[in-house]
Amino acid sequence: MRIAFTTKGKDWDSQMDPRFGRTDYIFLYDDESEETLIEDNTAIQNAAHGAGPQTAKKLFDLSPDILITGNGPGGNAAEVLKKSELKIYIGAGNMTVKEAYSAFKEGRLDAN
Amino acid sequence: MKEVVVISGKGGTGKTSITASFAVIGRDNIVVGDCDVDADDMHLLLEPDYKSTEDFYSGYTAVIDQEKCTACGKCMDVCRFKAVDNKIGKFEINSADCEGCGYCCVICPEKAITMQDAYVGEVFISGIKTGTEMVHARLKAGADNSGKLVARVKKIAGEIAKKDGKDLILIDGSPGIGCPVISSLSGADFVILVTEPTPSGIHDLKRVFELIQKFKIRSGLIINKHDLNLELSAELKDFAKNEGIKVLAEIPYEPDFTKAMTEGFTVVEYNNKTLKKILTEAWAEAEKEIYKEVIK
Amino acid sequence: MKIAIASGKGGTGKTTLSTNLADLCAERKDFPGIILADMDVEEPNSGLFIQREVQKEIIRNKMIPQWDKDLCSNCGVCDSICRFNSLLKLGKTILVMPELCHSCYACSELCPENALPMQMQKMGRQTIFNTDSFIFIESRLDVGQEQAVPLIAQSIEYIDSKYPKDFLVLLDSPPGSSCPVIEAAKNSDFVILVTEPTPFGLHDLKMAVNTMREIKKDFAVVINRFGIGNDAVIRYCSDEKIDIIAKLPDKREIAELYSKGKLVHRDVPEFGKELKKVAKYLKRLSDRRNNQ
Repeated sequence: MRIAFTTKGKDWDSQMDPRFGRTDYIFLYDDESEETLIEDNTAIQNAAHGAGPQTAKKLFDLSPDILITGNGPGGNAAEVLKKSELKIYIGAGNMTVKEAYSAFKEGRLDAN
Repeated sequence: MKEVVVISGKGGTGKTSITASFAVIGRDNIVVGDCDVDADDMHLLLEPDYKSTEDFYSGYTAVIDQEKCTACGKCMDVCRFKAVDNKIGKFEINSADCEGCGYCCVICPEKAITMQDAYVGEVFISGIKTGTEMVHARLKAGADNSGKLVARVKKIAGEIAKKDGKDLILIDGSPGIGCPVISSLSGADFVILVTEPTPSGIHDLKRVFELIQKFKIRSGLIINKHDLNLELSAELKDFAKNEGIKVLAEIPYEPDFTKAMTEGFTVVEYNNKTLKKILTEAWAEAEKEIYKEVIK
Repeated sequence: MKIAIASGKGGTGKTTLSTNLADLCAERKDFPGIILADMDVEEPNSGLFIQREVQKEIIRNKMIPQWDKDLCSNCGVCDSICRFNSLLKLGKTILVMPELCHSCYACSELCPENALPMQMQKMGRQTIFNTDSFIFIESRLDVGQEQAVPLIAQSIEYIDSKYPKDFLVLLDSPPGSSCPVIEAAKNSDFVILVTEPTPFGLHDLKMAVNTMREIKKDFAVVINRFGIGNDAVIRYCSDEKIDIIAKLPDKREIAELYSKGKLVHRDVPEFGKELKKVAKYLKRLSDRRNNQ
């Protein structure tokens, strides 16, 4: 299973980014191979509008099974994410990546 | 660190006065961000010192290199926004009309058109009278607020809070329901809604609440001028109850709000004990909600 | 003659002025006809104050690309061209987000396979109402649409084409100083800026004045809720040689009538008296224009 996190940094102790569209990084973890992959999303700061759909497209290309984030994607981004078959869990905005992962494992996050 | 956003949908509800009052009540624990850049009025109450400034660019504008231009006119043909002027054979872009779509830039056979970042205004970091800092912005005439500008203001505010060890970022949010308000809400821990008991106040509140629900952010409601129309105030409270919104305060119609503002004060610094009490209690209620851990 | 009624900041009384003024002007019969057009397309509120009957509803459309998957070769040119993030290539699918589209036609016309023809899509509607005394027109953007300008432009075009030039058209404009209000103002003969005599009102008025000067539009000021605040707005207008047409008084009674969705000028004589100054000002303005 491949899990994507919206994060402010590049490692397990980084803070989660509660924003979806304007998240700094997408942190991707494959819990079978235990490999991680960091997608730099900081260039999204330059998008005046439509940051949400643009990040959603990146996620589509990465095609994880699960997305863990803070507030959840806005309308347009949600529209794009419908095209990917992934499950979205929210409410992890104030955690570190590590904490968010265990919260997810223990079923403490809300499905969006 | 928590991020609290104050929004209202409709203008003129007292949102900015109330936000500035909370900044004064919370004093040195709070970093303030003004994302209501179409009506950036918070600086009139919090005495910013404009200690640092950065230019802000958002979107694009097309620029024609006159050296390379052969005046073929293709750019003018494709522009849907009538932004290309032909001044006796000299083609120029009118940046006020240019939407930054880049069609002309792609179509130009001479590659004479480049898309440049559009200058829209300035972002300031200021020390304010509460002893902390505020991040605010000013747009040039005719420029639009954008999700990008709101995100920038919030990002700087977050960095300051982190550096100075502050617990809370308080954001005066953008009006409406478009991209700037979505960006205001994105990443927030708690939303304070300010409204008034008028038909437009109720209508606009319901519209903006739809957005909040989409983001699943907890929220509290302040009814300003609640005694103007008690029937509609009751309707607002019913709405709040049904939607699980905590009513933080009902503030009476009170000329002292404006009097304080006219003298450059927030209403809690003014000689009106009733209002000061209501707002102080409202903030205490809000803080409880903000720090409430949602434990499962 | 077309008059845009605008304000830098929301909630200063634009709608109160527009609705009451339309009603008063109709009563005075200075003009052969009166039209009140609510151009605050994101939040049109004028209608809440007017007894009305629908005469006609017009669907307003904008042009957006429609993806034809049979023609598409999946080259991705469209995605790389769109600067508004309104069109995305997701694997073998092209997804268009109409709300973000600016109708620039670039993707459609540069698509090598002609797989993105532009088609009409509803963005809102314009409704024409009859009232006892004037024509009321409301333009309303659908929820989620981001582009107010095309709807405002189409709505004003319609008014220009349907009604005689000597009618008085009042455009209740969107708040702020950005594109939507500029669109309403630049298509008008004159702009009335509504403000409050407070520091907030003054600051926002200055931004609106800058915008009007930038687009070289003639304007004057109406002060609402006169009696609160201070005289800084009056001093500013006098320094800048800006006409103050009227000072609408501040009264709790007015706020209460507003909260009940009622007109004010008949019930509150002090308000009515000041409003008359605005009506007369517009009459003089129109006479002067006709003599030119």
